[in-house]
Amino acid sequence: MDRKSYQSVPCGKRSRRNFLSHLGGLAALSTPFASFTNSLLANAEELKKQHKSAILLWMGGGPSTMDIWDLKPGQATGGPFQQISTSVDGIAISEHMPMTAKQMHHLAIVRSMSTREADHQRGRYYMHTGFVPNPNVEHPGYGSLIAHELATAVPSLEIPPFVSVGGGSVGPGFLGTSWAPFVVSPQGNVKNLESPVSEERLVSRLQMLAAIEDRFIQERRGQLPRDHREIVGKSVQLMSSSQLAAFKVSEEPASVRERYGETDFGRGCLMARRLVEVGVPFVEVNLGGWDNHSNIFGTLADQRLPNLDRAMSALIADLADRGTLDTTAVIWMGEFGRTPTINGNGGRDHWARSWSAVVGGAGFNRGVVVGETSADGREVASEPYSSQDLMTSVLKSLDISLETTFRAKNGRPMKIANGGQVIPGLFS
Amino acid sequence: MMIREYPRKYDGFTSRFVVRLSVVSMVLFAFPYHAVPLCADNSSVVPQVAFIDSQMEAAWADANIKPAEQAADLEWCRRVYLDLIGRIPTVDEVLQYKNDSSHNKQSVLVGRLLGKEYTREYAKHWANVWTTILIGRDANNRMIDRDGMRKYLQAAWEINIPYDQFVEELLTATGDNATREDASLFNGATNFLSGKLADGGLQATAKTAQIFLGLQVQCTQCHNHPFNSGVKQNQFWELNAFFRQTRALRRFDGGRRVAWIELVDEDFAGQGGDPDEAEIFYELRNGLVKVAYPVFVDGTEISRSGLLPGLLEDGTTYGVNRRRELASLIRSNPLFPKAVVNRVWAYFLGYGFTTPIDDFGGHNPPTHPALLEGLAQRFTEYSYDLKSLMRWIVLSKPYSLTSRMKAESTADAPDSGEQPHFSRFYVRQMQPEQLYDSLLVATKADRSESAGRQDRWLSQFVIAFGTDEGDSSTTFNGTIPQILMLFNGDLIQSATSLDQDGFLDQIVMANRTNREKINALYVAALARWPSSSEVRYANHLLLARKGQVKEALQDVWWALLNSNEFILNH
Repeated sequence: MDRKSYQSVPCGKRSRRNFLSHLGGLAALSTPFASFTNSLLANAEELKKQHKSAILLWMGGGPSTMDIWDLKPGQATGGPFQQISTSVDGIAISEHMPMTAKQMHHLAIVRSMSTREADHQRGRYYMHTGFVPNPNVEHPGYGSLIAHELATAVPSLEIPPFVSVGGGSVGPGFLGTSWAPFVVSPQGNVKNLESPVSEERLVSRLQMLAAIEDRFIQERRGQLPRDHREIVGKSVQLMSSSQLAAFKVSEEPASVRERYGETDFGRGCLMARRLVEVGVPFVEVNLGGWDNHSNIFGTLADQRLPNLDRAMSALIADLADRGTLDTTAVIWMGEFGRTPTINGNGGRDHWARSWSAVVGGAGFNRGVVVGETSADGREVASEPYSSQDLMTSVLKSLDISLETTFRAKNGRPMKIANGGQVIPGLFS
Repeated sequence: MMIREYPRKYDGFTSRFVVRLSVVSMVLFAFPYHAVPLCADNSSVVPQVAFIDSQMEAAWADANIKPAEQAADLEWCRRVYLDLIGRIPTVDEVLQYKNDSSHNKQSVLVGRLLGKEYTREYAKHWANVWTTILIGRDANNRMIDRDGMRKYLQAAWEINIPYDQFVEELLTATGDNATREDASLFNGATNFLSGKLADGGLQATAKTAQIFLGLQVQCTQCHNHPFNSGVKQNQFWELNAFFRQTRALRRFDGGRRVAWIELVDEDFAGQGGDPDEAEIFYELRNGLVKVAYPVFVDGTEISRSGLLPGLLEDGTTYGVNRRRELASLIRSNPLFPKAVVNRVWAYFLGYGFTTPIDDFGGHNPPTHPALLEGLAQRFTEYSYDLKSLMRWIVLSKPYSLTSRMKAESTADAPDSGEQPHFSRFYVRQMQPEQLYDSLLVATKADRSESAGRQDRWLSQFVIAFGTDEGDSSTTFNGTIPQILMLFNGDLIQSATSLDQDGFLDQIVMANRTNREKINALYVAALARWPSSSEVRYANHLLLARKGQVKEALQDVWWALLNSNEFILNH
């Protein structure tokens, strides 16, 4: 199903046009609907070329990147996995990633990530935001930040600009609740979309609601009451949007679903592709289960890597085939890597000092490896890169200005991506 | 069964408490009403409240901040119901408070909410709060029985268990974590530790320090704390050593699924094989392996024996129960009362004296150190009585202020990362359990429904992060899924249903004017009367429905329950 047909499918019992016309006089809830008129005018094909997106494949728990992207065969730290060659001469990755190996010419591996946060919560926060946790300010994560920067380019978008499949994302911080992730299950079920009453009554209800909300907001009780009204508007918009069809991975042919794998992560990646195609600027897909303190090699070889390999390779191949890879940045990472030393339980523990992340698409160089680690994997043996550097590079790949400065609510200016440096090897 | 022992066990405490209460009530009631100042000044009757108020007033003067006005009477009433018993007041309760003309009506209401009349609701609410603190929201951990945890907590809060006793029971619990046919071994308190013993009890170590002492030690598992110079790697493992005699045994009921967990203490032989010197090993970042024995965070060492206490034939004793030792060390640590005072303060005032509330140390000094210290001291003197602590806080001045700001911006803006000054009440989201119960109250739905149904409803908001630590978060945070649930979900459909004898039906069928019916809906949802423009809107709606009064009132009711004013605690 292509994108054009989303635009013409009426949603459930009521068409959008009819529904929204009832809300015309509803001043209090009108802001979110301003975009609706624009959407009718927007030229879908034009949009497809202009808008940029990013997909973050988040590996919750901290994957052992030295068993996936930066192998050390023959070393005491190397583990049992062998390397295989890829579609790029001179780049070898894990034998358990054969399908992704064939897509390597679309990807770039950064083998010299070096960070300091080896606790799950702190690492998740740091890798998502570029900032270490700070009790005084909450920073926006990748999804909220990029949605915030890119959403204005997609005025026709009616579904939230930051979709998190399976959750685990970091929230909007000082950007405010309206940039929070919209969390959906990998099945793409958005719950509670159907109003139990007629459209006419729903409009009456919303008018009454607006009166109550306005009164409360005018009493000056801070940001939360205002945020609530704004999200109510977005929810109403979502309820009536035909773009909701993008969530329905079950509508893809069985052969396509099979290619991604009939797993939560496979469905998530497929949904990410569909969402990006209707203009969603940021999709995060969560694959957990990487916190392998024991029996790591069996778990990776039998469960994690086959699942990852299938879905990730299908996603990259599809984006490339459909022409969206050039406008879509793909980021693969977790909160940190795992110890080169294999512990007494046949597992690896948390390790932030030397690990790998992978990017691809958008403005990135393709088919390259940036940086290297020492022979046993314990040290970065080239220029080390931080979360800030990686984030800065992702922003650059999407042509987001690196000069952007935010003013947190307390007035403190804050450079986008914490003022990181572009990783030179990722750009030509 | 432990729970049955409470009355006997706490006799001493109960009688002490009764004496103390009667002193308070003498102060409250001994004077004729006209002797009490006209404006409700709770600090003149409760010295601990006076202490909070004087500390806060000094802090406001220092910061050159003027506190907000007092909250409106019914606004305060709604707030105190929500915070103390976890739901909004019913219409009857609102009217009762409104019509109380006594000068100490605030104190009377707090006394009632903390008293016998509301014991069950109080206990249920605080059981929910503590279930989340102790075991998080992830309902899929098979090593935990949420229902068992809640049963224990409900029983504990019903008898107002002293906090130090409560923590000791959690830390030393043994027995079955869930109820089954043979209930003789049931002890729901075991659920605090039963799901935290993987990998040698890393989670047990981290959560115990975090929840009961306000110390974040989890990152010192691998290295010294990056910025809290007070916490070193060896301390993590020395604390961890206290949990090494504890085992969570999976029990099966014939089938292949784990039916329940039994938490037991067992002799620990040590990783070197000598039970008299039962050590554990841990690894430094450079690969060196070091040894740890049980040493508390304050440096107190206990016996290195891994054997449980026993008696030799010649009468000499040997061994030690490491968890019991840990519990008594925690109880006597100065951070222990501070950690819970900070938590309870943050619960009622929206922010703690530190942010986050469970991260004490030189790197994160408290905003109001003397107040924290003084409250902790008074709480200790009052035998760790949580109800007393709550009473002082809800009767204090900062809790009584309105959430309305004088201007659009304010110098007191903790949501911007500034330190909180508590010069107004900070508006916040209801917790999901508060919303759930409030919807049931506002609609007079059957509140005897099982906790299981509440859990299922809540589970739609829970996201697990996929780590071994079982981290999770909730999407019940004001975002779209929550709004959609309140717009269209099952719960709101039953709350707004016109079923015969339901709440809405009773209002609709009453022999009252439409205006009175609308008033009733407003009081039920928001504990206030509608403004004139709101009445106009509602009348508009009645007109639009062309005499279908039922449906029109249903629409008003739906709008009220979906409003920011309803969903926020303000």
